[in-house]
Amino acid sequence: MTYDLVVIGGGPAGMAGAAAAALAGLRVALVDGGPRLGGQYFRHPHSAEPLRGRFPRLRAAVAGRATVLARHRVWTVQREDDLLAVHCLAGERDERPRTVRGRRLLIATGAHDRSLPFPGWDLPGVLTAGGAQALLKGDRVVAGRRIVVAGTGPFLLPVASGLAGAGADVAGVYEANRLTGIARRARPAPAKVAEATGYALELLRHRVPFHAGQAVIAAHGDTGLTHVTVARLDRDWRPLATRTVECDTLAVGYGFLPQLDLPVQLGCATRPGVDGSPVVEVDAGLRTSVPGVYAAGEATGVGGADLAEVEGLLAGRTVAMDLGRTARPAPALARRRRRLTAFAEALLRAYPVRDGWRGWLSPGTLVCRCEEVPYARVLEARDLGALDSRAIKLLARPGMGWCQGRVCGYAVACLMGEAPQPPRRPIAQPIRLGDLADQPEETP
Amino acid sequence: MPDVVVIGAGVVGAACAYYAARAGLEVTVVERGSVASGTTGAGEGNVLVSDKEPGPELDLALLSNVLWRELAELGGFEFEAKGGLVVAETGEVQRALTGLARAQAVEHEVVAPEDLPRYEPHLATGLAGGVFYPQDAQVQPMLAAARLLRHGAPELRTGETVTGFLRSGDRVTGVRTDRAEIPAAAVVNAAGTWAGEIAELAGAPLPILPRRGFVLVTEPLPEPLIRHKVYTAAYVTNVASDSAGLESSAVVEGTPSGTVLIGASRERVGFDRTLSIPVLRALARQAVELFPVLADTRLIRAYCGFRPYCPDHLPVIGPDPRAPGLYHACGHEGAGIGLAPATGHLVARLLTGAETGLDLRPFLPDRFAGETS
Ligand SMILES: Cc1cc2nc3c(=O)[nH]c(=O)nc-3n(C[C@H](O)[C@H](O)[C@H](O)COP(=O)(O)OP(=O)(O)OC[C@H]3O[C@@H](n4cnc5c(N)ncnc54)[C@H](O)[C@@H]3O)c2cc1C
Repeated sequence: MTYDLVVIGGGPAGMAGAAAAALAGLRVALVDGGPRLGGQYFRHPHSAEPLRGRFPRLRAAVAGRATVLARHRVWTVQREDDLLAVHCLAGERDERPRTVRGRRLLIATGAHDRSLPFPGWDLPGVLTAGGAQALLKGDRVVAGRRIVVAGTGPFLLPVASGLAGAGADVAGVYEANRLTGIARRARPAPAKVAEATGYALELLRHRVPFHAGQAVIAAHGDTGLTHVTVARLDRDWRPLATRTVECDTLAVGYGFLPQLDLPVQLGCATRPGVDGSPVVEVDAGLRTSVPGVYAAGEATGVGGADLAEVEGLLAGRTVAMDLGRTARPAPALARRRRRLTAFAEALLRAYPVRDGWRGWLSPGTLVCRCEEVPYARVLEARDLGALDSRAIKLLARPGMGWCQGRVCGYAVACLMGEAPQPPRRPIAQPIRLGDLADQPEETP
Repeated sequence: MPDVVVIGAGVVGAACAYYAARAGLEVTVVERGSVASGTTGAGEGNVLVSDKEPGPELDLALLSNVLWRELAELGGFEFEAKGGLVVAETGEVQRALTGLARAQAVEHEVVAPEDLPRYEPHLATGLAGGVFYPQDAQVQPMLAAARLLRHGAPELRTGETVTGFLRSGDRVTGVRTDRAEIPAAAVVNAAGTWAGEIAELAGAPLPILPRRGFVLVTEPLPEPLIRHKVYTAAYVTNVASDSAGLESSAVVEGTPSGTVLIGASRERVGFDRTLSIPVLRALARQAVELFPVLADTRLIRAYCGFRPYCPDHLPVIGPDPRAPGLYHACGHEGAGIGLAPATGHLVARLLTGAETGLDLRPFLPDRFAGETS
């Protein structure tokens, strides 16, 4: 069966897009790799949203209207004449290949943690901020752990307050930026202020100290994490003074990177976002440069769940209109998108990654954990004639392993002094050779 | 003023620069990207004698094979003298294979079907035998190119594009780049798949076209399953084919990092990088047919590159009479890594006026006289 619209990604953007398009009468399939809908955001048990009912509302809007294909991991997308073919691996243990085809495609694949390397980041006990959320969500016990939260960005607060609320001993939150004048620059919506105030109160209640202008610049321990080095930073993130903080867990995150494997496969134009990381270029109707392909949510720029949902709604409506359905104009939605985008961009500007982190590395610090590439080898590759991160990868192998550069790609680009490039990953998910060999012949 | 400007820092340019420098010449290498950023960065690293028909290319491959072993002593890049096993599906193919091996007159062992597991324990059953070539080897081409440049120590100018030639009458007296003019007594065109464009700049066109190849890379395996380079006899015919359509015959091998490499396809589709599922499927099928255990191994990466291809499948090596002072070292198609040292060695001898010791006529640019590119 061919759908009018296939939506990839079951977070707020994808759910809203699927719901809007289905409401307009389109046959919609919503594909997501996870076991159930929700994406990253709604998996946060401690964000206030699900309790307030947005997730149930979106889920109800999708249910019965769109075909939900959970546990479908997309490994590649291809154009087939007028159709877009979404090649998935369905199921968990005995996964099998399955292709879903649509006349239109909405890519709402979200973002993943942006990591910076530092000495000891490969120790057991060091997690990404997103990973810490997953820890909370799973049954793994956090109570009794002594946790340091570090990095930059507004996401650190919900992570820390969530961990504290679950009974962890949060030793401190270390925000590398100084946050002067954020409120003035960002002009936050009242709801946002309330949300942030909520986290701050929660931290206060658990006596969690918050330190701006400080970062974890090294993690220590023999077999697992025992303590971290915290530094007070100057404006460029060069350490001014250091001290030691004991902990057995470190949750560290430097913002998020849009997940662009699939739009890049299709040839969608990208542009550098306000934080320098590439984002998909879209018009006011969320159309990408490739006919028939739309993008919404973090893929068009990291901006949070509210913005993602609004973009999803707009994208779903555009698809419906482009397929000849009538949809009433929604100037309020478009205005809301502009306002939320401005706010998101102000936040990205307020929480930049400064170059000084490079000085935290020592020659032995692993830059790529999958291939165990130390910083010294990156320097050597540069010395041998590599001008950019692609050449570094060819000569020194960072990004060649399991994660295909999702973890280290940003850092390697920064080390080479270049703006991070859109990822070229023709295979977005590992696929068994046997399954590939069994792909049906008629695929053009 | 350098004696020689080499255009291109792929494996061929690197080898030319290395041997020229060792012959006492002062060498400058101009590369528009990074070291090995062209086709060398997409190459698998086969150094094969097994796939060559008897003739000039095999002679070049045999010379290169010896030279790669010498260069490996310099260190700093992986070189594995692992040997290649060519297998036959049918008795008829096996007879053809053994016939070829005899005609090649290179070191080989004919392997009976029942002996195949001794070479490759995980090989599929039911094959009709094979031929083992101990000289076949594997090299990490990017690091090898970088290290050759380091050892030869030419002046290396990366991020600089050659845009034209300096001339004195017909004579080439250097290159013009987007940054400077570099006068030199001689210029070597080692621009790989783009060597036709360079030749065009010199008013001496060469028919070099891209032939696309995909390589598949699997997850790292906990223990090595595959010991040699293994491929089917079909590979030999595909390499020499003139078809523009898809041909694939997988060469399967394990690497020191634990991944399995499966490559490569051959297609003439211009410079199109779009992932092709039929190509991936064909390569995966052949790999699983050779090694059924691989069915459950996951593919984590696929990449493609564009071989510099000449209509007669032979490289272009030698001086260009249309532009005295210009030497070509390009068009090695799917064997540029394997053939790089011999090419560099020969070019250095030409540049210094020494005896080449190998009949260069089949490789000379003059052979295209009358053709237009
Ligand atoms: C998928 C695949 C697998 C392969 N596997 C093997 C294998 O196993 N064994 C083997 O022997 N061969 C293999 N090959 C072929 C091999 O990669 C090539 O033959 C070889 O790399 C060619 O090397 P080169 O130095 O001539 O070209 P390149 O590596 O392409 O170098 C040419 C350089 O010239 C530069 N350049 C171009 N124009 C200009 C300009 N105007 N100014 C300055 N610089 C310029 C380019 O940037 C480039 O770096 C494979 C090829 C592919 C595509």
